[in-house]
This record gives sequence, structure tokens and C-alpha cells, in this order.
Amino acid sequence: MIPTLKDHHFEAKMFRNRVVIAMGVVLFMVLVLIVRVFNLQVIQHDHFTTLSNDNRVHTVSLSPPRGNIYDRNGILLANNRTTFRLELTPNKISDLEGTLERISPLISYSTEDLERFHKERKRVHKFDSVPLRFSLDEEEVARFEVNRHKFPGVAIRDHQTRHYPLHNLTAHLVGYIGRINEEELQRIDPVQYRGTEYIGKTGIEHYYEDILRGTPGVRQVESNVLGRAIRILEETKPTPGDDLFLTVDSRLQSIADEAMGQYRGAVVAIHPKTGEVLAMLSKPSFNANLFINGISRNAYQELRNSKERPLFNRFLRGQYPPGSTVKPLMALAGLETKHVHADESTFCRGWYQIKGYKHKYRDWKKRGHGDTDLDKAIVESCDVYFYTLAYRMGIDAIHQYLEQFGFGKQTGTDITGEQPGVLPSRHWKEANLEQPWYPGETLSVGIGQGFFTTTPLQLSSAIATLANQGQRMQPHLLYAIQGAGVNNPQIQPYRPLNQVPIKNQANWDQIHESMRRVVHSRRGTAKKVGRKSPYQIAGKTGTAQVYTIKQGDKYDEASLPEHLLDHALFVAFAPHEDPEIAIAVIVENGGHGGSVAAPIAKQVMDKYLLETAG
Amino acid sequence: MSSFSALESRGVDHTQRKIPLAFRLHIDLPLLAGLFVLSMLGLFVLYSASGEDPEMLTRQITRIAVAFTVLFVVAQTPPHWLKIITFWLFVIGLVMLIAVPMVGESHKGAQRWLSLGVVLVQPSEMMKLIIPMMVAAYLSEQHLPPEPKRLLIATVIIIFPVLLIAKQPDLGTSLLIASAGFFVLFMAGISWKIIAGLVASAAALLPLFWHYLMKSYQKQRVLTFLDPESDPRGAGYHIIQSKIAIGSGGGFGKGWLNGTQSQLEFLPERHTDFIFAVLAEELGFIGVLFIFAIYLFIILRGLIIAIEAQETYTRLLAGGITMIFFTYFFVNVGMVTGLLPVVGLPLPMVSYGGTSMVTLMAAFGILMSIQTHRRLLNK
Repeated sequence: MIPTLKDHHFEAKMFRNRVVIAMGVVLFMVLVLIVRVFNLQVIQHDHFTTLSNDNRVHTVSLSPPRGNIYDRNGILLANNRTTFRLELTPNKISDLEGTLERISPLISYSTEDLERFHKERKRVHKFDSVPLRFSLDEEEVARFEVNRHKFPGVAIRDHQTRHYPLHNLTAHLVGYIGRINEEELQRIDPVQYRGTEYIGKTGIEHYYEDILRGTPGVRQVESNVLGRAIRILEETKPTPGDDLFLTVDSRLQSIADEAMGQYRGAVVAIHPKTGEVLAMLSKPSFNANLFINGISRNAYQELRNSKERPLFNRFLRGQYPPGSTVKPLMALAGLETKHVHADESTFCRGWYQIKGYKHKYRDWKKRGHGDTDLDKAIVESCDVYFYTLAYRMGIDAIHQYLEQFGFGKQTGTDITGEQPGVLPSRHWKEANLEQPWYPGETLSVGIGQGFFTTTPLQLSSAIATLANQGQRMQPHLLYAIQGAGVNNPQIQPYRPLNQVPIKNQANWDQIHESMRRVVHSRRGTAKKVGRKSPYQIAGKTGTAQVYTIKQGDKYDEASLPEHLLDHALFVAFAPHEDPEIAIAVIVENGGHGGSVAAPIAKQVMDKYLLETAG
Repeated sequence: MSSFSALESRGVDHTQRKIPLAFRLHIDLPLLAGLFVLSMLGLFVLYSASGEDPEMLTRQITRIAVAFTVLFVVAQTPPHWLKIITFWLFVIGLVMLIAVPMVGESHKGAQRWLSLGVVLVQPSEMMKLIIPMMVAAYLSEQHLPPEPKRLLIATVIIIFPVLLIAKQPDLGTSLLIASAGFFVLFMAGISWKIIAGLVASAAALLPLFWHYLMKSYQKQRVLTFLDPESDPRGAGYHIIQSKIAIGSGGGFGKGWLNGTQSQLEFLPERHTDFIFAVLAEELGFIGVLFIFAIYLFIILRGLIIAIEAQETYTRLLAGGITMIFFTYFFVNVGMVTGLLPVVGLPLPMVSYGGTSMVTLMAAFGILMSIQTHRRLLNK
């Protein structure tokens, strides 16, 4: 069929029409594409630039090295050590369960490790590595490295771990750091904790967290789609945490620890003129190194359930009746408020009765002390004398005077978790027990019993104040701060607190002298420790009742179970003429202050006064 | 038929001295220039997209050389020869398409290749050219526009291979072929009513397509296209990263070799299907306008060749081929910019890969052949 010329022309015309339409369509569609690209590249440019930068630029946090902690002589109490840990990057591991199973013969891990691993894994980005085991030993490292090629996505990384070289000796004092928990996560400033997994949990580590931690650095890294860093765009170096020097002398700490032996209790020694804490010990203690990467549940249960209560910080949180150690202060109160005169005698027949009451307040010496003046009352620790004095003064005057020595409230020492103790008063009893004050209770307070409780730290601070002629110094632990790269440590100033007013200097001298005679006179309750001492000690023994003996019964040491035995206390300062050290020792269920607590204090004072240059 | 060829050869002989060398070599210079500039720009972008891989560049240069050779050879072939072998090419192509599901080779879950002893061929790729040739040849047996019966048969010629290819599955190619067939029909002057009818029936077939032909991953692509943010790490990842690359390029781009999306490998398929995003990121809106201009130039030149063609067959074929090229370009840029679902078509002449380039250059060879085998009338 040959087309005619007319057909041919028609067809050409029609075809030309259609091609022109096609051109129109093409131009229109290209215009659509141009508009689209214009929209993306010009109108939404900023938006996509942001997304592009989010893609490629990653912020890596550089954790600052935590500051070291030293004692006053530069002995290391806490530092950072390189340890090895096993880390898994879940994103790079195809068969996680299988890999975990194959690892266990090489490097053993507990179900707790596994639990923590899975918990942490859910919290972090899938490209991040998650630790499975901490503190690998050399053998484990070697064993894994040989088989490394079989475990893609598993690596051994070195890591800075906190270490406490003195272990148990400083556990309650320095405290420890641990991995940040959920609750802390809510509280902390995330910027400051970038790149670190640890936070100070207790003690100095907690109190000075902000100084020790340092400031994290930031590194802007350009990374590819796999998260591999290609180059560093910008970097702010981390600022290491400052080093701390504590006022504590680790040698004193060590001596105190040895002297305490198997006893439970606390020793706190303070420099009376400055308030520097020279030694602060709670026994028994524990190894703080165990807590850093999460202690195992069994070990923790064991520590927690132990009857010895090693985790209990006795010097800070233990609230003990001060017992007779408060008598010098009571006597001073009596003298200064003129409720008693030093020469005035009271007859002690072994018990005291308030007029109109039947109850007999017993003296520790059943036969009584006979005629007792103030000096004898302190030296021999006569209870009846102080019952009389307390009754005469009344609770309000006692409270008002003793409060000036810091009883009943926190000392404000730079360590977290301090308990206030109780200095009883009408108001206190009303508020806490909703009962009125009874006169008999005043008598108990007079001999440091009843509602009266104090922490060893408080007690030592009170004795230091007595030694320092009433000038109360803020007890403190921070001796100096040394920034990284700085040569001169920045010594922290002392901070005086209130001055207990001195009405008559003779009264203070009298008390100091009587305390000296506690240790250095023939009838003193702590004469054993004073016998061969090359320096003069002013001290006071105390025996605090744990168990209240019924009226008419007698205290029989042999028949009581150990945990009901009296606490033995001893407070002292020395040298007597110019005190350099004030100390409080509490031995739980130790029995008599003079025979148990005083020798411990003596050893510490010997070490400080005879062997160290102060 | 014989009279035409005689006329033609006489005409060529008669004017031999007056016509330029390029014409005698059966080369259309504007088209050749457009294709050359495009492939050079393609190499330029590919070098960056490949991560400055000289090996990849060498292979692509080799392919371009082969493709231009194919273009040159095909250009020497007079269109009526092509018309003669069209039917047999169609039969062979169809047989191979039918054979693919039975004895074909599978790659990446799709069965598209057929082993012919030494070489692997992709029958669907050949059909991109054969279908418009076949439809053009069939419709040119009568003057245009075609009568309804012919139109129906032509539709079957298009639909049957399209369904076979869609089943492989190769949605991109089947849509491309369907549109190529449709463009030939459109150029053939079918009435607007019928066009409306075809569009309507295509729309009506979509649900059937969805249920019976599309694999779940293809459905996912469409769903992702409708809402890319629904699965940003999975199916939506390609398109999100691509849009970030394009958008962050801005007016003047991040500079050659400096595209962060591509160089840091956030952009998937950056040297193949998504190479346009690399260009847009590194060369910016200016670069995009430039490459659009080259494409537009080539397409318009192709359509002018169609207008200047003197026979029904050559007209339809030239128009159809040019519109295939346009569809390639439009669908690729449309999918990379997020206007269309991801269907897996390369950017013609720029994406890394040989098969489609050779097919396209063969197509441009046909265009040149059509242009340079015309009877030139004395003016």
C-alpha cells in the first residue's frame, strides 16, 4: 500500500504536531526537575546542610584524667592506673550470643557481668563498644590476643581505672568512685560528664568531685558512614582534674589502724590550732578498689551483712554517747557559769538521788569517792559530782554551754554524710519525742549518757576546741589543691569558727590541769599511758553504756554478751602546755576507756609528736 | 520499497560533492558533540563518585570508547535495513525473554541474564530498542494515524514483553519500555481519546500490578517514596541521603571531590544510580543546570531529527528513541531527587556501567543513521 502524496503531507504535519507536543512535554518536565532541584538546593539548602553536617561531624568526648589524692606528705592515696578491659561492639558482631559463648573459655565472666553488659548495651549507640569484663590480668590479655582474629568486634582496650594504694586504710576517708548510676544520671550536668563513666560516690571522692573530675575535652571528628574517624576538625583538650593533698598523715592513719587491731571503732586526730584532721579511721574497713567497676553481688552482700559492719563509717556517722569524756567540758561549764567553784566538794556515797524521787543514780564506783572536789571528780571520773553539777545547772544551761563546742550539729567537715549527733534540750525532746523534759534526764546528760550522742569527729573537734583555749577551728581534710602542670600547691587556709568566751582563764587552766592529772597522777583513770610518756598528755577516759542496767542489778562484764559491753572512749590532747594534737578514740564494746582506748590514742600521739616533725 | 532505496542511493550519489564530511560518515555533529560533552562530564563526576579510583575510570573510558564505536557502526547502517531485520530481532528478543525464567542467570534476586556460551546478555536491555523499532515498523506499514485493529496489535506487542520483564523482576526497564512504546503510539498520532483510554487502563492495571507482579521490596520502595521518614535507616535511607547530598550542595556545590555525602560514603549507589546526587552536591545548582542543558540539547536534537525524517518508520523510530532517552533521564533524576519512587534506572551516559550505555549509543547510532540517510532534495 503506497501512501499518496496527500496522505504523506498530512502525516508529516500530524507528526510534526505530535513532536512539538512532545517537546512541550519534555520542556515542562525538565522545568519540574529544575524547580525540584532549586527547592532542594536553594530554598532548603540550610536544612540539608545541617543534616549533612549531622551526618559527617561527630563529637567525641575526651575524658579528663581524674586528679590524684595525696596525704599531707605526698603519699599517694588515690591515683589512676592503666588496666585492661574486654569490650564488645555489638554493631560489628553478627552473632552476639555465639560470640559471648565462645569468649567464656578464654576470659571468664559472671552472669552479673553479662547482665550489666546487656543493660549498658541498650543505653548506648550501637556503634559504641560496651565493656564486658574489667581489670583483666596479664594471662587473660595474652590468651585473648592469641585468638583475637576469631573475634571481630571484640577488643581489649586499656583504660584508666581508679586505684587506692592503701586499700582498707583510707576507704572511709577517701571514699571511692563508681560507675554513674541511673539516679546520678538524672542529677549530673551531662556536659561535665561527657566521656566519663565514673563519679565520686563517697568520702573525699564525692565531696571534691568537681575539683577532682576536671573538664572534659571535645573533639569534632569527621567520620564516614561506618563511623570511622577520617580527620579531626577541631579539638579542645580536656583539663585534668586537680590533685588534692589531704591534711591526713597516712602514717598516723596506719598506726591507728594497727593499734585498733581487731577492735571496732573510730580514731579521729585533729590539729587543735588549725582544725586539720591528721587521722581519721573507721574500723573495720573494706577494700575500696572493689567498688570501682561494680562489686560482685556476693562480695557486696558479705560486706553488708557482716556483723562487724565494715561499710559503716563510724567516725562520720557513728553516734555514740560521749560518756565521761564530756566531764571536763561539764566542769568547765560549771566553773564558767559559776554554778560551781573548783574548791567546792561534794560527798559521793556511790549514788545520787533527786529530792522526792526514789530512783538512785549510780556512780561507777559502788563504794563512792567520798569527798570530791572538781579536780578529783575529773581525775577519778566521779559520776555523783557531775550528777550534782548537772542538776544544779539544769538542762538549758548545759545545752547552751556545750553547744558552743559543736555538739548536736554537723561539724561541716569537707566530707559527705556526716551525722549531727544529739545534744539534748527541752526543745529537742519536744520536737523529736513529743515529751516534756524530766529532771532525771539532765543527770544522764551530765555524765554523757542518756539522749546525748556524738560522732567521733564531733568529739575530737570539741576536745581540740578545749585544747585551743576555746577557739573552735573548722575541722577540715583538704590541705592543698594542685592544678595539673602547676608546681606550687595552693594551700587551703584555716577557718576559725566561734570562740567559746573565756570568763576566767583560771577555769580553763584548771580543767587542762585536771585532764593532765587523769593521765599523769597516781589516781588518774588513764595513768597507765602516762607513766613513761616523755610529753605531758591531757586526757579523759570514758565508758559509754550500751546496755541499761536495771535498778538494783549490777554490771557484770563477764556475763554480758560482747555486743552489749560498754564502749571504751578516750579523748586527749598533747603536749599539755602547747597542744599539737587532739584525739578521740572510740572502741565499740571495748570495756574501759583507760585500759583499751587510751593506749590506742597514745600510740598515735607518740607517732605524731615523737617521730614526725608535725 | 526497492524504489525508495534506489532513489535514496541516487540522491546520495548525486550530491556527494556538496555534502559535508560528517554527513558522508553518517555522523550528526550536534548530537555527537552533545553526547561527547555529556560523557566527559560523566567521567569527571564519576572520578569523584568512585573515590578517585583510576581503575574504575579506565573501565568506564573503555566502555565509552566501545559505545561510540557501536554508535558509529550502527550509524552506517541504512534505516531500511534495520526495518527489515526488526521483525526477526523482535522474535529473537521475545524468545530470549521467555527463556530467561527457565534457563536464565540470577543476580541479586532478579533473573535478567541469559548465558549465550561466552557472553551474558540481558534480553530486557535489547528490548528497549527492539520494541520501539517493532512498533514503528508495524505501524509504518500503513499511513498514520493507525486504525484501531493495528493499534490493538501494537499495544499487545508492547504489553507482552513488558509483562515478561516486569516478572523478572525489572520494574524500571519494563516501565521504560512501556513508555517507549507509548511514545511511539503517541507520535503515530493516536487520538487523544485513545490516549486517555490507555492512561485510564494503565491506572486501572496498577492495583493488579501491585498484587501480582511487584515483589515486596518493590512495594516497600513505593511506600518509602510516599513516606521516606518512616524507615530512615532501612528502605528510606537511600532517598534521605540523596536529598541531603543534593540539598547541601547549594547553589555552587561543595567543590569537585569535596562532597561529604559522597566521599564519606553516606550516599549509597553513588557511582551508579545515584550519581546525579554526587554531581548536585559537588557542583551545585549551577552544575545541575549545566547537565540539564546538555540533556535538553540532545533530546531536542533527537526530536528535530524525528521531524526532519522523511518516512513513517524513521519518524516514529527517531521520536521513540529520543523519548526513551528522555524517560531515562527524567526517571533517574526524578527518583534521585525524591520526586519518583526508586526504580533502579541509571543516569544515561553518566552512571557507571556498560550495558545501558551501549544500548543508548546504538540508539543514537540509529538516530544518526536516520538523519544522514535522508534523500537530500535540491533546493
